[in-house]
Amino acid sequence: MKLTMTVNGEARTAEVAPLKRLLDVLREDLLLTGSKEGCGEGECGACSVVIDGQLVNACLVPACQVQGSAIVTVEGLAAQGPLGERLSDLQRSFIEHGGAQCGICTPGMVVAAQCHLDAGGASTDAVLREALAGNLCRCTGYQKIIESVQLAAQGAR
Amino acid sequence: MSGELEVTSARSLGEAYALLAQERPGLRVLAGGTDLMVQIAARLGLDQIGHVLDIWRVPELRGLELREGTLRIGALTTYGELIKSPLVHQALPALALVSREVGAWAIQNRGTLGGNVCNASPAGDTLPLLIAAGARLVLGGPRGERTVAADVFFLGYRKTALAKDELLLRIDLPALGAGERLTYRKVGTRRAQSISKTLIAIRATSRDGTLRGVRIAAGCVAPIPLRCKQAEAALEGKPIDAAVLAQARLGLEADIAPIDDIRSTAIYRRCVSGNVLERLVRGLAGME
Amino acid sequence: MKQLDEEEVGGAVGRSPPRRDGPGKVTGRAKYLDDLTFPDQLWGRTVRSTVAHAKVKSVTFDPAFDWSGITRVTATDIPGENVVALIVDDQPCLADGVVRHCEEAIALIAGKDREQLEQALLHVKIEYEPLPPVFDLLHSDVAFKKYKIERAVETLPEIFAKAYRIVEGTYKVRHQEQMYIEPNAICAVPRPDGGVTIHGSMQCPFYIHRALQRLMKLPTEKIAVIQTVTGGGFGGKEDYPSMLAGHAALLARKAGKPVKMIYKRDEDVAATTKRHPAVIKHRTAVAQDGTLLGCEIDVVMDGGAYCTLSPVVASRGVLHAGGAYRWPACRIDCRVVMTNTPPNGAFRGFGVPQTMFGIEAHMERIAHELGLDPLELRRKNALELGDQTPTGQELLWSVAAQEVLDAAVAKSDWHRKRHLFESEVTGRKRRGIGLSLALHGAGFTGAGEVRLKARAGVELTPRGCRVLAISTDIGQGTETVFAQMAADSLGVNFDDVEVAIPDTSKMPDSGPTVASRTVMVVGGTIASAARALQAALASFAAERYGAEAGQVTCREGIFYATVPDSPAERPLAPFGAIASAYLDERGPLRCIEQYAHPPGIEFDEVAYRGDAYPCFAWAATVVELEVDLDTFEIKLDRVVHACDVGKAIHPVLAEGQIEGGTVQALGYALLEEHFYKEGRVINTRLQNYLIPTSMDAPVIESVLVEDPYPHGPYGAKGLGELPMDGPAPAVVAAVLHAIGALVPELPVTPERVMAALEAAR
Repeated sequence: MKLTMTVNGEARTAEVAPLKRLLDVLREDLLLTGSKEGCGEGECGACSVVIDGQLVNACLVPACQVQGSAIVTVEGLAAQGPLGERLSDLQRSFIEHGGAQCGICTPGMVVAAQCHLDAGGASTDAVLREALAGNLCRCTGYQKIIESVQLAAQGAR
Repeated sequence: MSGELEVTSARSLGEAYALLAQERPGLRVLAGGTDLMVQIAARLGLDQIGHVLDIWRVPELRGLELREGTLRIGALTTYGELIKSPLVHQALPALALVSREVGAWAIQNRGTLGGNVCNASPAGDTLPLLIAAGARLVLGGPRGERTVAADVFFLGYRKTALAKDELLLRIDLPALGAGERLTYRKVGTRRAQSISKTLIAIRATSRDGTLRGVRIAAGCVAPIPLRCKQAEAALEGKPIDAAVLAQARLGLEADIAPIDDIRSTAIYRRCVSGNVLERLVRGLAGME
Repeated sequence: MKQLDEEEVGGAVGRSPPRRDGPGKVTGRAKYLDDLTFPDQLWGRTVRSTVAHAKVKSVTFDPAFDWSGITRVTATDIPGENVVALIVDDQPCLADGVVRHCEEAIALIAGKDREQLEQALLHVKIEYEPLPPVFDLLHSDVAFKKYKIERAVETLPEIFAKAYRIVEGTYKVRHQEQMYIEPNAICAVPRPDGGVTIHGSMQCPFYIHRALQRLMKLPTEKIAVIQTVTGGGFGGKEDYPSMLAGHAALLARKAGKPVKMIYKRDEDVAATTKRHPAVIKHRTAVAQDGTLLGCEIDVVMDGGAYCTLSPVVASRGVLHAGGAYRWPACRIDCRVVMTNTPPNGAFRGFGVPQTMFGIEAHMERIAHELGLDPLELRRKNALELGDQTPTGQELLWSVAAQEVLDAAVAKSDWHRKRHLFESEVTGRKRRGIGLSLALHGAGFTGAGEVRLKARAGVELTPRGCRVLAISTDIGQGTETVFAQMAADSLGVNFDDVEVAIPDTSKMPDSGPTVASRTVMVVGGTIASAARALQAALASFAAERYGAEAGQVTCREGIFYATVPDSPAERPLAPFGAIASAYLDERGPLRCIEQYAHPPGIEFDEVAYRGDAYPCFAWAATVVELEVDLDTFEIKLDRVVHACDVGKAIHPVLAEGQIEGGTVQALGYALLEEHFYKEGRVINTRLQNYLIPTSMDAPVIESVLVEDPYPHGPYGAKGLGELPMDGPAPAVVAAVLHAIGALVPELPVTPERVMAALEAAR
């Protein structure tokens, strides 16, 4: 099928099989390798992306279900300006406050957290732990991830 | 791997029925993909899938309304939509609560109530609630529509009353009446993204320590999500006391047939299902 | 606590600059192996054994299948020795004649099209002749290694005869999977010179380098191993990548093309190493006041089908089996045995989480049986400065058992909560608070470092220096802390230090990234090399500016000379000017040093006597939880973890290590368990092998205690593994406090809590 969608604000097309996973479309056809595969079954969240405002696991979404959709991946979070890349508050907070260690869960984690904040979600400990429960991290114990999101949210307000 | 599979993405119920009428061998319905995509990626039973009918964008299967005391939920309604719906919170708040316990946020945005029903796993988290709530499942296909009660829909391990040329269209749930409650407890393997070890749901009206109109259902303790009629009978119309509770536990023991698997043990499931039942009944009867 | 020289504490160490690899990781730009493409690259797959123990009668590539375009490799294609070289040469790279565990690699295939490869896998037929398997570690009569530690054993009979009480207990721990989120991934690229370059996710590039020399029969210079960004390791990428790199290299050699092998999650879980299961028996003589008089400990570990790292894991395990306590007399036996299951290997803690669980759960039993306060029991018996460990090692420095207990008790409000929870006995929930005390030997065991002769250093750049070490950053922040230590030791700013990507063809061998040795051993060597680099430049600057060599130093990027007979000093020139002049006039400058083991630290590996580790790190964990009496579920409320790390080079990263290790240990304590059927792991997915989510993890309060180690850089000692040791027994202690039943095995599942309550009735 000819897949047409908007990715990080840009119109993109690809000729793909209808059941090809969105994750593979992004990584293989669009060369956006920021979204990672940790399990291939929607458990780890390393492939989290946003489709039409909704957080999803890109490994579980077939190409045929995103025809015409607007997708945001980790590559779309930092602003690209004349002076180069400008990290988002959340991205900077992850770097400063220890939210990223090995980094393999980080793209999905940052996408999920940004989606939560963009939807007006609260940033109390309990709310964030529920919002990020679909994103497994084996390095940080989550403490510094939660703190990174909280500090970014406070800074933004 | 998925390249070989033929896919039809239906844009209307008519288009979906047209494909169903062809009676293609190995037809599988794709809704939110949270189960089927995992199966395809893992190549499980791939040779049994002949054709995939994608219904994600069939508008007739969406929507949620409360009409004449019945909550009518389109089969493609996601857990996320149930969680956020004021109608669900008003008519059957437990359904919103249990939806929050399915997977995590990204799964809740894709997984559908209809998918949970049709997948027919004994561990499907919403299923005991649907059975206890007295849900009626509206099925449709090229031959017409029919309605099946949730408690007779599940026939055996992952086998349902759905015919090969039928889709689940809608789930109809009677809203709670005055003094009536639907309550449940999921006991899972961890605190989020967990699969149940046992899940007990009860719908009943409570007055002066007596329960009436008792409907009980359990998950993960039999090959199917199960209505527990002996436990119901032990409780129906009786003032709740220790002896009645003990009878109810015995009834439940007789209703269920748990097994050992990698998630838990039969003995644990038996004991904890009884404990949870007792706790829920005490709560309903105002004994806590 | 000893005060460190003011001079040693420079600008970057002790602060938390943004981690070096942060921007790439938060933007998705960081390239893990799966994100890299290689020209004309093929994919590799592995044909694995489906039985636990058998003779392989035949391997047949189905002639009816179209094999064109598919490269096939069996043991006969191996140019060198069929071995994954590590400690003992018992493990073949490809099974030849016999398989000894399920998932053992028998043949390899590679091709361009991944779907075709999946089909091809189904057309490799293996014919087996079954041999009897052994699955139960207690029924194995093949030991890879046995150890015995004896201290005043001749006094034990009398000690036991006269003891106020003898307390006995058996403790059991099971497999734990590292479950890094990036599975094992390697690409082998054949070279025109007949050699091979390996790119991949790994902890120990030189392990792979050495293994490939033997397997591929290649000289050193024809192999290069380069680390790509690595998505977690935890020990799981210590030795296994040598196997995977061997497979990829064999396929690449035969195909003449790059071959990439990335395991799917289920393959990674089924086939790669895990934490050793163990059964630990304790028999302890105790005085009425709780003084520990003597003990007998017996440890049996399950090594799996091949030796891999088992002797070293068991060694570290047995050396920690007595815990953080003073034993006037003891006998500690350990054996690590063969079973027909996939080999077990390195996992953060390396044998200690097992034996520390044994001793700490047993301390709870002792306190419970004698009616003693578990905190006081530990305080009374904890090792102090000048005490000896079971091997007779006299503790000369940096013993912080009481300090970490103090810190954890204060932070957790221990005494108040202990009493409060005991008074709450209504309702269907019971709260409990429990603690544990642990120690962890920093760096390699015994003479390991002396044998290894780790080398690392720095080379001059126009702005500062470049760190040269093969130590890998697998998330813990190696790159950042190396840059901090090099910056301060050289006297330049943090931003002026680069850290080179680990590449065996360009870097000295600073040893494997394991054993909590990276900061203490390699970091110390780098700091020393950076000081030497500063001295070399200082004398160059002195010559140029007419100062005495001994009077020139560099701080924060500026060279100064002291003014004779005055406390004042005068700035000479910025570092960059001196460095550029040096590079122009004299060319490149590299300072590579060899790790210097502290003098007088000696261990007898035959008698198992002496100084097993140059120092120990200490930790106290307090766990607060709630047990549901209806479902037996445990809800963690709070964990306080006080860890003595000597010196936190980077406090944010140090806390990250503690918090991350704590949650891994809580997974070990409560959730993580593998199930085997005929020697085959049956829960190989993240859906059925459960690790903690953000909702399972409690709020963790880490406390950094800094009791400096005089021979460590800036006082630092090992940290990475320490937090893995204490949380599991602290969970058992808290459960005991909550419900009065001791669960002597891991994980403490609701099913086991139910059984323990049943037994306690």
